[in-house]
Amino acid sequence: MSGEPIIIILVIIYLRKALKVKLSIPEWHTRLQWLLYISIGLLVGQALTDNFRIGLHWIAMAILGWLLYVIATNEKFKEARFLVTAILPYLGVTFIAETIRLIDVRFFYRWSSWVDTIQTFAFIWGVGTWIVTRRQRKELIKARQKAIEEEQNNKVISAMKAQLEVDVAERTAELRKQKEELEIALDELKSAQAQLIQSEKMASLGELTAGIAHEIQNPLNFVNNFSEVNKELLLEMKHEIDSGNLSEAKNIAKDIEDNEDKINFHGKRADAIVKSMLQHSRSSSGKKEPTDINALADEYLRLAYHGLRAKDKSFNAKFETDFDDRIGQINIVHQDIGRVLLNLINNAFYAVSEKQKQETPGYEPTITVTTKRIGDQPDNYRVEITVADNGNGVPKRVLDKIFQPFFTTKPTGLGTGLGLSLSYDIITRGHGGELKVETKEGEGAEFIIILPTQ
Amino acid sequence: MKILVVDDERDIEVLFEQRFRREIKSGTIDFVFAYSGEQALQYLNQHVHEAVLILSDINMPGMSGLELLRHIKQKFSHPPPVVMMITAYGDAENYNQAMRLGADDFLTKPLDFSLLKEKLKEKVQ
Repeated sequence: MSGEPIIIILVIIYLRKALKVKLSIPEWHTRLQWLLYISIGLLVGQALTDNFRIGLHWIAMAILGWLLYVIATNEKFKEARFLVTAILPYLGVTFIAETIRLIDVRFFYRWSSWVDTIQTFAFIWGVGTWIVTRRQRKELIKARQKAIEEEQNNKVISAMKAQLEVDVAERTAELRKQKEELEIALDELKSAQAQLIQSEKMASLGELTAGIAHEIQNPLNFVNNFSEVNKELLLEMKHEIDSGNLSEAKNIAKDIEDNEDKINFHGKRADAIVKSMLQHSRSSSGKKEPTDINALADEYLRLAYHGLRAKDKSFNAKFETDFDDRIGQINIVHQDIGRVLLNLINNAFYAVSEKQKQETPGYEPTITVTTKRIGDQPDNYRVEITVADNGNGVPKRVLDKIFQPFFTTKPTGLGTGLGLSLSYDIITRGHGGELKVETKEGEGAEFIIILPTQ
Repeated sequence: MKILVVDDERDIEVLFEQRFRREIKSGTIDFVFAYSGEQALQYLNQHVHEAVLILSDINMPGMSGLELLRHIKQKFSHPPPVVMMITAYGDAENYNQAMRLGADDFLTKPLDFSLLKEKLKEKVQ
């Protein structure tokens, strides 16, 4: 009995199963079907009779050879080509052995055990090749599946990536829009702030104008009247000279001279007032110049006082000054510090006028402005300016808010809420100094400015 | 005739003395000066009925001219002295308040002395 029909059957079964011949190569399906029947027929024939054994064997070898040839040459069986490698050595050995048997039977039988051994090796080779190839194929399929999975994963990932990019673009656009909106809002805030600062300046200028009017009319009163007096005196002097009364003429000349000094003094006074008003309304140059702090404090105390007096006729307050002559001139931005002083003094006057309205018996509204030099070194000392009032003081609950912008205790329309915050800014950031407050509720408040000279 | 001038500006004294040179020389007018409302009241208390005419500034440190006016009109009523206000503020509110408190006249700075002299003549007569 030979193994070829069994091999053919196994090959056909394998082809049908592994290559799905019925679907992928339908024209070969029927042929293989026939081959299968023939092989079964051969197998049965071999089992039933010994008569045609050799003939049947040759037929089986021919069929197997042809089948291997088809597998080796037809592109559609490409995947099954390993069968050729596996089976061909066995078929070859069998073919040679059978050929020898035909030529010399005795020789064949003498070497039959060798032939059997070689056939066994060829058979083992075939089975081994089959197993190895199957395993390789399985791994290949696994790898292919893995590759497909990976590809799918990649597809999913790239889809996610695309979605992410869209999301990011959307988010970026949103953020950019928000940023632009914020920038616009910031610009608007900046211009609003500039306007508010300007209106605070204008408000304090308004408070000043009445004081300025008063302060200017007074010197003008002297300038006008002394110059008229001088004209009269000159006529009188001429008259005295004509009458030969020279000593009297000299006396009159002395009076004229004194009056001229007064005209000059009061003219300069008016000039200084106008200049300080202009300086106040002008935007700060930011340039620090040597300034007499005592003169500045005195000037703004008077302006604030007369300003308030002009607005409220019934208002009455005492103001006291205590200036330290050792201060001299220190480097400050004149109009900025002036603005701070005006603000603090105005607040002080407001505080005492509020307390005065309560009509406490024996209450005497008083504002005190004090300057003091701290430190003895000639070019490195500090100047302390104190504006004190005996009003109602700052309530504890608002004490930490008074330097905040827009915080005001005054009724609507009376305060911008920017005075102290601007003052704080000017003293701390503009001059590297300190602005502090000390207060006792019901007894008064003290605002203390400390300015370094360096 | 004794006139009390109340003003916190010191130079007002020299100005009045020169402007009323002739009147002072001839003795028709005698000036007294006070530099604050308080000082003026003190003078009036010490020299009752001496000053027949008071010229007062309004805007002064401490007691204002209007307060002084109120005091004078309340305290010194037999006979009430003539009080004329002289101020740098010529606004209606100031004027009305002065008049309500009984001021006899209201003049503004810079002061027109010829006008003042006319008014003085009027008041004395």
